[in-house]
Amino acid sequence: MYQVGNLVKELSDKHGRTRESLMPILQGIVERHNYLTDEAMVEVAKELDISAAEVYGTASFYTFLDTSVRGRYVIRVCKTITCSMKGKGEVIQTLEDMLKIKVGETTSDRQFSLIETNCIGWCHKAPAILINEIPYTELTPEKVVEIIKGYMLKK
Amino acid sequence: MEKRGLNKVDLIFEKVDPKEVLTKAFTMKSDEIIQQILDSGLKGRGGAGFPTGLKWKYTAAVKEPEKYVVCNADEGEPGTFKDREMLDKVAYKVYGGMVIAGKAIGAKKGIVYLRGEYRYLIPQLLMELESFHKLIKAIGFDFKINYCLGSGAYICGEESALFESVEGGRGEPRNKPPYPTTSGVFNKPTSINNVETLVTAMMIIKHGPESYSQLGTKDSRGSKVFSISGDTPTPGIFELELGMSVHEFVNEFGDGDTKAVQVGGASGFCVPRKKFQSTVIGFEGVPTGGSMKLFNSSRSMYNVLHNYLDFFAEESCGQCTPCRVGCQQLLKGVEKVKKGEVKSTYLNELLKLADTMKVASKCGLGQSVGNAFRTIVENFREEIIY
Repeated sequence: MYQVGNLVKELSDKHGRTRESLMPILQGIVERHNYLTDEAMVEVAKELDISAAEVYGTASFYTFLDTSVRGRYVIRVCKTITCSMKGKGEVIQTLEDMLKIKVGETTSDRQFSLIETNCIGWCHKAPAILINEIPYTELTPEKVVEIIKGYMLKK
Repeated sequence: MEKRGLNKVDLIFEKVDPKEVLTKAFTMKSDEIIQQILDSGLKGRGGAGFPTGLKWKYTAAVKEPEKYVVCNADEGEPGTFKDREMLDKVAYKVYGGMVIAGKAIGAKKGIVYLRGEYRYLIPQLLMELESFHKLIKAIGFDFKINYCLGSGAYICGEESALFESVEGGRGEPRNKPPYPTTSGVFNKPTSINNVETLVTAMMIIKHGPESYSQLGTKDSRGSKVFSISGDTPTPGIFELELGMSVHEFVNEFGDGDTKAVQVGGASGFCVPRKKFQSTVIGFEGVPTGGSMKLFNSSRSMYNVLHNYLDFFAEESCGQCTPCRVGCQQLLKGVEKVKKGEVKSTYLNELLKLADTMKVASKCGLGQSVGNAFRTIVENFREEIIY
């Protein structure tokens, strides 16, 4: 849980209060807090003067607008065919071992979430992952360890 | 059949002076621009292949003060990554194509819909956009481009789903007609074009339609950027003249053991080795938005098909029944056949279901699931069963 505070107001001032501002506002909340709480969605509905159901309807459609708890760093592992062929399994195994969580879970300190995602457009440099918005490509278990260590130090 | 062989081309990533090309476009009349694009034979580079000149002509013909040019950068087809490369390397040409389209159809507003997976590019793209806006203002254009970001939904690459998303809704495709040319984003006449189409349009204005239409074949004019991945020693992005056979393609990019090429991504067609010689890559043969995946004999085509069906079952928006239920049943069906829970003839029932989806689904997603399904099941039936 987090407090949305003035964030919804700030984002609405920046993007406007029309229906088409909804996506950028939700994206802005996720960028700051990693996922959308019910409270945050109600807050957005009030600010844009639309029903909370409409906000939830839009949010729940998009895989990147998570409505369940996510860590500070969301690791999305591409599971589409080329990444699968080129070592996705090893990448996931390494991540699970390091973070002590399974795919779909979040670490207890809320630092990392590990999920699978569909093609992220790096097939020529497979296997690939996204950590928040940053892509990492041509991964090996060793490279994954280095990358995650870097994020662990960022705490 | 007209054949061109494999020829590398450098048009899309060629460095040009945007000021020179756009100044030329500024002096041209709307009709002239449209005529040049029509003469070039350019077809949409996103995969569907609608003639770009016609799209612009129809949108231009609608009398309405507010119109839009939308750049479809929701590149989600598995195996496609060329649009990202263009935005990364030659964004000014994407913007240039949008301004030219704007001049052609009479629009003053442009929207780039970028998939959320490419969000890391935004700071760089906005910086380039700022200097681009200054450039076109100096030339005399009245045109403004904005960005909209997706949030991880393959279906938003479908044009009307994309409009819904821009408007802040669920990315569910609309009924057609009306088509975007009369009622697109915000229900205004809209020309929605793929990133590569817009870049190509700018290059046609620079070089002229005659030189462009000398490339390619009667049905597939020009060149195309291919995203090449899978079992190949040289994965990456290559611009090639259209009209080559799959055989020629595999000779250049295969690893010597290629057993199948998936042309056009998960929604495209699987070409097995025995059909490499006779299949042309282009609108007269197998069309592609650029995705080319090579599979060698170490790969199980069951795994490939299963991966694609899993993809579609997740990415179907769920709005229409044939697609929502069909994707799930095809996935469950091949699993049952593989496990031996049903007879192998059950595959024939599944093929019928895939045909029904083609006819009854609302949008291109459900309509094209059957492409990969049929071509993989028919050509690699034994791999699905045993």
